[in-house]
Amino acid sequence: MTDVPIIELQDVRKSFGPVSVLQGIDFRAYPGKVTALVGDNGAGKSTLIKGLAGVQPYDSGTVLFDGEPVELQSPRDAAALGIEVVYQDLALCDNLDIVQNMFLGREELSRGTLDEGVMERDASDALRSLSVRTMTSVRQKVASLSGGQRQTVAIARAVLKKARVVILDEPTAALGVAQTAQVLALVERLAHQGVAVIIISHNLQDVFEVADYVAPLYLGHLVAEVPIGATTYDDVVGYITGSKTFPGSETVA
Amino acid sequence: MTDTRTTPSGPDAVLISSGVEGGVRDQVRAWWHRVRGGEMGALPASAGIVVLTVLFAFLSPFFLTERNFANLLTQAATLVMLAMALTFVLLLGEIDLSAGVTSGMTMALFVVLNNVFGVAWPLALLAAFGAGLATGLVIGFFVAKVGIPSFVVTLGLFLGYQGLALTIIGDGGLYRLQVPEILAIQNANLPVWAGWVMLLVILAVVSATSVLDRRRRTRAGVPNRTITLLWAKLGVVVVVGGAVVGVLSQNRSASPANELAGVPVVVPIVLTILWLGTFLLDRTRFGRYVYSVGGNAEAARRAGINVRLIRWSGFMLCSTLAVVAGLFSISKVGSIDAAAGREIVLSGVAAAVVGGVSLFGGRGRLLNAAVGALVIAIITNGLGLLNLPAGVNFMVTGSVLVLAATVDAVSRSRASGMVRRN
Ligand SMILES: Nc1ncnc2c1ncn2[C@@H]1O[C@H](COP(=O)(O)OP(=O)(O)OP(=O)(O)O)[C@@H](O)[C@H]1O
Ligand SMILES: [Mg+2]
Repeated sequence: MTDVPIIELQDVRKSFGPVSVLQGIDFRAYPGKVTALVGDNGAGKSTLIKGLAGVQPYDSGTVLFDGEPVELQSPRDAAALGIEVVYQDLALCDNLDIVQNMFLGREELSRGTLDEGVMERDASDALRSLSVRTMTSVRQKVASLSGGQRQTVAIARAVLKKARVVILDEPTAALGVAQTAQVLALVERLAHQGVAVIIISHNLQDVFEVADYVAPLYLGHLVAEVPIGATTYDDVVGYITGSKTFPGSETVA
Repeated sequence: MTDTRTTPSGPDAVLISSGVEGGVRDQVRAWWHRVRGGEMGALPASAGIVVLTVLFAFLSPFFLTERNFANLLTQAATLVMLAMALTFVLLLGEIDLSAGVTSGMTMALFVVLNNVFGVAWPLALLAAFGAGLATGLVIGFFVAKVGIPSFVVTLGLFLGYQGLALTIIGDGGLYRLQVPEILAIQNANLPVWAGWVMLLVILAVVSATSVLDRRRRTRAGVPNRTITLLWAKLGVVVVVGGAVVGVLSQNRSASPANELAGVPVVVPIVLTILWLGTFLLDRTRFGRYVYSVGGNAEAARRAGINVRLIRWSGFMLCSTLAVVAGLFSISKVGSIDAAAGREIVLSGVAAAVVGGVSLFGGRGRLLNAAVGALVIAIITNGLGLLNLPAGVNFMVTGSVLVLAATVDAVSRSRASGMVRRN
C-alpha cells in the first residue's frame, strides 16, 4: 500500500451501555480513493461514521488526520477538518432551493446581507465540476427534485465546502438503476478531485464498481481493509456474514 | 476565486439555469409553472381581495367610499400586525396561541402604569415591550429548551395571561387610554403631501434594493431577470400605491364643517415593520435559518444551525410584535378591558393561513400574512355594512379559513409530489 491515509482510526471503541458496538476498529481512508464500508445490519457502520462526523464521539481510540491526532467531539470539529457527511436520510430542506440548501449554515454575506449572486455562482460551479446535467435550474425548490437529484445536491454541497473527506451513508439505497449509476459516477468524480470518499453500501455490486478499498465490518470488528482488486465478491460476502476471516487478521470474536 | 473550480465553459456551461433567463414571457411561464406546482404565495388571497371588493361594492353603496376605505385600513391594522407577528412562529412550524392575550396583558400594563401609577408614557411603553419580550423568552424557554409543544405552552399562557390581565385591571374594569401620541396612531392622518412623500419613499426603496440586487448578481457573473419586470413592479407600486394614497387624500369628513384627509398614521408604521421584517427574513442569515428550521429542523441542525436559538428568537419576535398589535388595538378602541386580545389570536392565525403562510412551517412571507389579514378585515367590514348578524361573520371567516387551509395542504402535497417520504 503506497497510499498515505488522510484519516486513520486506531483501536476505536464505542458502547451503548452494555452493548459494545465498536470493539477496537483500525480503519484508514485515502485521498482520491473510494473506501467502501460494508457489513450486515447492525454491524456498526453508521456508528463508525457518526464518530468521524463528530455527532456521536467514540469512547476511546485515536483518530489521526494527516498523521496528527485530532479530537472529534462535535460536528464543528469534523467540519473544521473538512469532513463532510452525506446522510442516509438526506439533510436537505424541502422548502429551500438548491443554492440555499448547498449553502445552508455557511451563507455568503456581503455587507451583512445574503449575497445570492455569489452563492448562485459557486453552487452552479460546484454542480458543473461534477458534470451534473440533470437539473434544470439551481433555483428549483428541493421538494421538486427526484431522489438521485437530491443525492446530487447533497454531494455537491460537500464539494462546495471543499471537503477533504466525504462520507456517504447508503447513497443509493432508495434509487433506481439509472439514478444509482448517476450517483456512483458522481462518487468517482468526487474521488478524482482528490477527495477521500468513504461509502457505506449494502450493495456489493455498487461497491465493486466504484470502490478502491473495501472494509468489511462484522459484529463491531473490522475484518479487513483490502484493495478491491485483491479480493473477490465471494470473499467479501464471507467477511460480512462472518463465515470467513481475513488471513492474517486478528481473531474475530 | 481562482481555485480548482472548473471555469464556466465547455458544453456543460449553460445546462443548469438560474431560472431567471429569458424574456417576460418565459418568466411569466416559469411563474405560472411554479403556481401550478403549488407555490401560490399570496395569489389566492389577492384574488380574494378583488372578488370581495367587487362583491361588497355591489351589495353596499357605502363600501367603496373614501371614509370606509380609511376605516377599513385602521380596522385591519391590528389584525395585520398580529398576523405578521404570528408568521415568525408559524414559519418555524410552531404556534403562539397567547399572542392575543400578550398584546392585551401588555397594554393593560401600559395603561394602568400610565393612568394609575402616573408613569410617564414612554416608560410605561418600554415596560410593555419589556413584558412582551419576556413573554417570548418564557415561551421560548419551555418550547426550545424544555421541549414542550408550543401549542401546550402557549395555551397555558393564554389562560394565565387572562388571569393576569384580570388581576391588573380588575373584574369588569375598563381603563381609558390617555396618551394622545398613542391615540394618534389610529386616529390621526398624515398631511396629504406626506402621503405622497411616503409613496415616493416606497418607490425609492423598491428600486434601490432591486438595483443593488442586480448589481450584486452582475458582479458575481450570474444572469439577472429582464429589466422589464422591474419596470412592471414599479408600475404596480405606482398604480396601486397612487390609487390608495389618492383615495386617502380626498376629503372624507362626514360633515362639511371640517376637513378629513390624508393617510392614517398607522399605515406607514405597518409598512415600515413589514419592510424590516421582510428584510430580516429574506436577506439575513437569521431569516434563512428560520425557513430552514421550519422546513427541516434536523437538516438545519446538521448544517450547524443553532435550532434552539432560532426557535427561541422566533417566539421573542412574535411576542414583541404582538405588543405593537396591542398598541394599534387600544389606539383604535381608546380603552382596555380585561378581555382584550382574547379572541383575535385565532383570527390572526386564520389571516396568516388565508394569506398563504403554511401551518406546517417553512413557507410564507410577512406580505402573505398582511394580505390575508386584509381579506378577513374586508369580510368583517363588508358584512358589518350589510347589517348581518355577527354570527354570519364568524361562519364566513371560518369557511374562508378552511378553504385556505385546504389550499395550503393541497399545494404542499403538490410541491413534494414526486418525492418519496422515508
Ligand atoms: N444510540 C444508540 N443507542 C443504543 N444502541 C445503538 C445506538 N446506535 C446504534 N446502536 C446499536 O449499535 C449497533 C450498530 O448500529 P449501526 O447503526 O452502527 O449499524 P449499521 O451497520 O449502520 O446498520 P444498518 O446497515 O442497518 O444501517 C446496532 O445493534 C444498534 O442497535
Ligand atoms: Mg446504518
